[in-house]
Amino acid sequence: MKKVVLVLMVLVVVGGMLFAQAAAETKNPVLRVITWSGYAPQELLDKFTAETGYKVEVTLSNNEEMISKLRATRGGGFDLAQPSQDRISSVVEQYGIYQPIDYTRLNTDQIDPSLLEAVKKNTLVNGKSYAVPHVYGTEGLVVNKAKAPDIKDFKDLLDPKYAGRVSYRLKRPTLIGMGFSLGYDPFALYADPAAYQKFLNEMEKVLIAGKPSVKTYWDNGDQLLQSLRSEEVWAASAWEQAGWKLHAENPNIDYIAPTSGALAWVDTFTIPSKSENLDAAYAYINFMLRAENAAFFTNRETYGTASKDAVNYLDEEIKANFTRGLPPEVLANINWYPTVPAGIEEMEGKTLDKIKAAR
Amino acid sequence: MMKNRQHIKWGFLFFFLPVVLWLFLLIVLPHLELLRLSFTKANTGKLTLDNYLAFFREPIYWLTFVRTAGYSILVTFLVMVISLPVSFYISKMVRGRMTGALMILILVPFWVSELIRVYGWMILLRESGILNHFLVTLGFFKEPVEMLYNDITMIMGLVYTSMLFMVVPVIGVMDDLDNSIIEAAYDLGASKIAIWRTIIIPHCASGLVNGGIIVFMLVLGSYLTPNLMGGKNSLWFTEQIYNQIILYFNWNQGAAFGFLLLALSSLIIWVLLKLTKQNLKEVVKK
Repeated sequence: MKKVVLVLMVLVVVGGMLFAQAAAETKNPVLRVITWSGYAPQELLDKFTAETGYKVEVTLSNNEEMISKLRATRGGGFDLAQPSQDRISSVVEQYGIYQPIDYTRLNTDQIDPSLLEAVKKNTLVNGKSYAVPHVYGTEGLVVNKAKAPDIKDFKDLLDPKYAGRVSYRLKRPTLIGMGFSLGYDPFALYADPAAYQKFLNEMEKVLIAGKPSVKTYWDNGDQLLQSLRSEEVWAASAWEQAGWKLHAENPNIDYIAPTSGALAWVDTFTIPSKSENLDAAYAYINFMLRAENAAFFTNRETYGTASKDAVNYLDEEIKANFTRGLPPEVLANINWYPTVPAGIEEMEGKTLDKIKAAR
Repeated sequence: MMKNRQHIKWGFLFFFLPVVLWLFLLIVLPHLELLRLSFTKANTGKLTLDNYLAFFREPIYWLTFVRTAGYSILVTFLVMVISLPVSFYISKMVRGRMTGALMILILVPFWVSELIRVYGWMILLRESGILNHFLVTLGFFKEPVEMLYNDITMIMGLVYTSMLFMVVPVIGVMDDLDNSIIEAAYDLGASKIAIWRTIIIPHCASGLVNGGIIVFMLVLGSYLTPNLMGGKNSLWFTEQIYNQIILYFNWNQGAAFGFLLLALSSLIIWVLLKLTKQNLKEVVKK
């Protein structure tokens, strides 16, 4: 008797698993998106579900974690990802975690043509492109002008007179921004690892010497906002929308483009190679880039969007941010991130570790 | 008889198999893969010892480890020093209801996650935080000082987050200590220090070592507390592993660091056990 019960129990458990598997294969109503915080506002997700019937599961992440997670599953686990455009082609070559985009399935006429072309070109691997532009922005300085009026460029963050009042990320943009500010052209050195290592050694010295100025190295947006808002930190390297958000609360704080040029990035849509819901992924990309949806996002988060006609739906104060912070002369001076060659990140990593460990 | 044995085997298998599968598929297998990764070169897959040698060649890596291990030992020691009187009070000085209430007071903070507890400390200690606000209003300081982002705060945070794991085993062994022995010592005129040194601490040794191992391992492997409370100067060894794997995509190096952490921390515990003349088997049994 006992034996029969046990056998039945096993059958029920195993059978249940198989049944669940079969049920999942017939219909796939779920789109699993891995993206940045703020890129998928709940209102838009609800609207998308109402329109298409797909339910969206959002995982929040950043560039490095996106790559690491997808690498661990060899491109599975998510149906849509949103990495920055400079972190795509080398990852495709090394790990093959994304699949090429079928641009015929997109409403390309709602996308800004110059951004689309630039992203296509930068993510070209073996004649195929892997990304669609979604959001763009710049990394510059957020400064409390009442407290630190003299900060105009990345290198001013090293100024000893602001000891303990400065914050930046201990990540690659800091190395590169500081490099431009001190007269290097780091992007031109990408092709020559030896020269780039020399540049990194210089940056290591500079940033270790500048350590007394730093309050802490920030590593998430909320931490940064909190320390600027409380005026514990007077100047930080940050994205423009952090500055604009704080500008609305305290007019002394604002985003300024560094004199050596802001660093510009484009975040994209990419499809992981083992995406299980291509239909939903393309539907989501088209939905998010539709002018009124993209404008809703920009009004909320103040990031620039790649949607061409979104500007018609923007709030006045949001438009004012762009004319104040990113006027044409600033845009002309911008340093766009080129694709990161393999191996560079490891070199940068060691430099960053050394800076963090130094006393 | 024969039939009976068959039954036992079926039942045994049914309950044993999930455990084995769990251990093998989710713990042993990934570790074997990591072990393989740690001995191969990134991208090419050739066998190499470079990942391990890098640890000894680059001063930054082994210095970080030495620092991490040193602070972990310090934290473990501090936790022991603080836990002994706390445990003594809970187990010997108060009775009945009060014991339970105090135990709950120690346990309650652990009902929320480590992240929340660390953020709690950050709200208290930051420059615009609660403690500074009070000290300035009461006139102790002229202007707020930054209490976060230094080693002392970090150690305090680590002591706080690992206290429980020392207090519980020490109370466990202290409950067994016969009060009459302490009373007898008092009657015979022993000083308080002598009582602690010759009666209480030796009796609690197994609990202390037990808790010590747990606390040491927890602290050595913690990531959040050093990172958030230590700030700009606190490179913890776990952070190196995270950086290698997540930020620099160098899984091979990260895997090697992981195994080095395992080996070196086991070595440290073994040495400490030898030095204090404790036997691991005895400790675990108790």
